[in-house]
Amino acid sequence: MFLDRFWANTINGLSYGSIYALVALGYTLVYGVLQLINFAHSEIFVIGVFGVYFTFLALGFQPGQTPNVPLAGIIANLVLAGAVGMILAGVAAVILERVAYRPLRKRNAPRLAFLITAIGASFVIQQVFRITRGSNPEGTIRLLPPEPVFRIFGAPVTNLQIIIIVAALALFVIADTFVNRTRLGRGVRAVAQDPATATLMGVNRERVIMITFLLGGLLAGAAALFYLMTIPQGAVFNGGFLLGIKAFAAAVLGGIGNLRGALLGGLILGIAENYGQSLFGGDWRDVVAFVLLVGVLMFRPTGILGESLGKARV
Amino acid sequence: MTTTEERPAPATPAKPSRRGEISRWWNARTRAQQWGLLVPVAAIIYLLPVLNPPIITTEPATSFPIALFNAAVFALIAIGLNVVIGQAGLLDLGYVGFFAIGAYTAALLSSPDSELGVRFPWLVIVPIAMVVTMISGVILGTPTLRLRGDYLAIVTLGFGEIVRLLADNIDPLRGNRGFQDIARPGGTYSDGTPIFTQNDAQGFYWLAVTIVIIVLLFMGNLERSRVGRAWIAVREDEDAAELTGVPTYRFKIWAFAIGAAVGGLSGTLFAAQVGFVNNQRFDVTTSILYLAAVVLGGQGNKIGVVVGAFLVSYIPDRFQFEPEYRFLVFGLALIILMIFRPQGILGMRQHLLTYGRQAYQKLFGSGTGVAPTSLTPSSRPAGEPPEAVPDDRSGSRPQGGGE
Repeated sequence: MFLDRFWANTINGLSYGSIYALVALGYTLVYGVLQLINFAHSEIFVIGVFGVYFTFLALGFQPGQTPNVPLAGIIANLVLAGAVGMILAGVAAVILERVAYRPLRKRNAPRLAFLITAIGASFVIQQVFRITRGSNPEGTIRLLPPEPVFRIFGAPVTNLQIIIIVAALALFVIADTFVNRTRLGRGVRAVAQDPATATLMGVNRERVIMITFLLGGLLAGAAALFYLMTIPQGAVFNGGFLLGIKAFAAAVLGGIGNLRGALLGGLILGIAENYGQSLFGGDWRDVVAFVLLVGVLMFRPTGILGESLGKARV
Repeated sequence: MTTTEERPAPATPAKPSRRGEISRWWNARTRAQQWGLLVPVAAIIYLLPVLNPPIITTEPATSFPIALFNAAVFALIAIGLNVVIGQAGLLDLGYVGFFAIGAYTAALLSSPDSELGVRFPWLVIVPIAMVVTMISGVILGTPTLRLRGDYLAIVTLGFGEIVRLLADNIDPLRGNRGFQDIARPGGTYSDGTPIFTQNDAQGFYWLAVTIVIIVLLFMGNLERSRVGRAWIAVREDEDAAELTGVPTYRFKIWAFAIGAAVGGLSGTLFAAQVGFVNNQRFDVTTSILYLAAVVLGGQGNKIGVVVGAFLVSYIPDRFQFEPEYRFLVFGLALIILMIFRPQGILGMRQHLLTYGRQAYQKLFGSGTGVAPTSLTPSSRPAGEPPEAVPDDRSGSRPQGGGE
């Protein structure tokens, strides 16, 4: 049973893992710069999900229908929805930083205080969606039904999985290049390494923090699009919660503060989860994810790749 | 690791605050005076469900005794979590796991639905549940407490989730069907009606408050003991503590075990009152609410966390007129409160606590005006070695160190 579905699980895991990885990047970036668990990041993701969903609605897609649009049109629509989701999530992340974190930073609050405002912000965002959209998931809008394109060792690979894995990897490469190769990215790494010195060297710390949140939000928005493509019934006010926890677990698994770690952690978590589901049944999917996390941290207390956003490459 | 200021505080003179004045005044009282003030307060707390004061009451939406009982259980949980977070500085996001283990132990040992087939009375269950949770705390702590800070946070979060998922998925734990008829404490009023019933939580509230007070006294003593000092040392600077000979790992495990035991105790109390346990109450959100209670009230301040727990539990019960907006308001309140009072409602009684009352009085005099104004109690110079101050806080022994 497990061996039969091994490759199918692997591919499915990679596609889920890509979504985890994109969300995990947001956790890891913020953690690298501020040493802060941005607990509200999962709600930023939810904002992205609703952004994508509302864009679908605005583009004239209705729940339950299979759209009769040529492939190019569908892809254009998906890209548009993704862009809207990304922008909304990015802006929301920046606003979150302004409202919930910056005032505390100005007051030199203890670290746990940030966690509490994050939880508060997370409640507020969730409730805004619950009050305006109700507690039931939104109707299913599926633009692109999954269809097997080719097979690897007999396991079908669907068009959705290809799009998600390729696009997520591309986004990761862009983010990684941005942090490691550009001038702004150097600022991010400098602040992660030593905020005081970076400020003295002329890095605008507040701007770096803003960019970090923006980047994390953009990636979460992209993840939201892929999430809705995979799980079209997932637009619900608390839909980000478990995903957020797992993405954070993925970030920790790979080594928090480390972009490549987030990617690796996300993929490993996604794959392990699918293997676990296949081995022990669907109820144990989440248990496997957390047991894996605990197990890895026993042996690699700073995650698989270690913490390294600050360890600069020039 | 989670604190604002370091132990050698003279370099950073803190600003004098109103709270500093109050706590200085409070600490200048003798033990007898303090008790004299506390006893009436306790009496009022006990009488709350009987008085049912018009503005404070949560009725008609929620029965006031039940709301109070829930708040008291919440307070107990917060006290236990405060040992882990406030005293030892370990961020535990899976505390609800211990609460669940306590509740499930009670259920397994007393419910007719349980496959163990035993029906122990509540008083027997309590110590068993506490030992079981304590052991689970040690089991969780042994591998994980070598991790630091945020890694510990996510691992404990994972633990809380695993406990819940086990309750979901292991068949003898009955998932959503749950356990009925969990043992309650015995006892009747003089007219023969039982004190502890599900519908009238008044007896349970009194029991919970009594337990809270006992645990508070216990924790107070623990805080001022060698163990408490070790925890604070770990919290302030783990490396320094290790270097000065504090076996940090062992004391962290102790913090986990004691915190877990209190969590288990509150779990049994909860299970006894509701009489029913299933997998619905032990999610991570609950864990996060516990954390919110601790941080809101002021981590490291056991009275503060009781206040915080009361607020976190009571506010949603009280303001039910718009249940739609309950958690929205709650979230906003968390943000606003943290922005204006990042250290919590009552700040951390950080350092001096460990030196005992005599040290306070030596430094700040027994009156109010004598104290040097540039120093709040939490930031006075800590030049004297802590060993010089006896553990005993009754004031009967002469001061060893001091000036």
